[in-house]
Amino acid sequence: MAPVSTAPVELERPESDAVVAPDRPWITIVWNDPVNLMSYVTYVFMTYFGYTKEKAEKLMWDVHHEGRAVVSHGTREEMEVDVAAMHSYGLWATLQKDD
Amino acid sequence: MAVHGFRRSGGRVVLRVDEIERGLLAHVLDQLVELVAPETPADADPLAALVSIDPDATRPDDPALARLLPDAYADDDEASAEFRRYTERSLREQKVAHATLVIAALSADERKIVVADQDVPAWLGALNDARLALGTRLGITEETHHIFASLDEDDPAFMAYNVYDWLTFLQETLVQAAFGLRSEPPPGADLD
Repeated sequence: MAPVSTAPVELERPESDAVVAPDRPWITIVWNDPVNLMSYVTYVFMTYFGYTKEKAEKLMWDVHHEGRAVVSHGTREEMEVDVAAMHSYGLWATLQKDD
Repeated sequence: MAVHGFRRSGGRVVLRVDEIERGLLAHVLDQLVELVAPETPADADPLAALVSIDPDATRPDDPALARLLPDAYADDDEASAEFRRYTERSLREQKVAHATLVIAALSADERKIVVADQDVPAWLGALNDARLALGTRLGITEETHHIFASLDEDDPAFMAYNVYDWLTFLQETLVQAAFGLRSEPPPGADLD
């Protein structure tokens, strides 16, 4: 299993949710919770994933309104790293196969 | 309680606190460390600890602790358990390290604490973890926020909610200060 890290994994990730290559069929989901601040969730998405403020805020609003948002795609191992990082920041995150 | 919080000052993040606030924050974080620290010492199984594996890690019964150390898979208990064995110890250790860093900064007898840029994530994480634990203990939900906000002073939860509310204020001001740092801190500029 890949080591846990809170450092930014990479600065640029594919912007489109529509393009999911066959070898990247796993997703990280962040769930809404009543404690985490909207500003902090945005900060985490910008800091960890390297997303722009616009993209980070859109994902934050998705979490807030829809109850969840897919924040990253990748291999299972990559998603485990992302989920561990989200837990380190205190966000409620899970990974699953992208059906 | 005095309301200062974090500010950007001269390109740095500064927290202004009085003695009571320092003591309260340190106390809250001491309790967080007690809650989240690994249950077995690292030397119980040195080899496992070396690679951060905790063969006995299971989902915590305490809801506050379970919120800090959540399952990684929403619908796969076996995979969650496996993930926990490999990651929970290091997650606990990270949270303890964040809180410990802040407690150390608070131990200085200063009304003004300068937070180094590289320490901002640890401060944010510690404040957030403390709010998660306290918020879970209080049973805060999006529906009950307004109930807590209008609690009677005699209510046993009054003090705890006020501490929670104060931690929320601190974290919000720190996030805003951190956003300021991300976008072009002009050298020598003082935004106060």
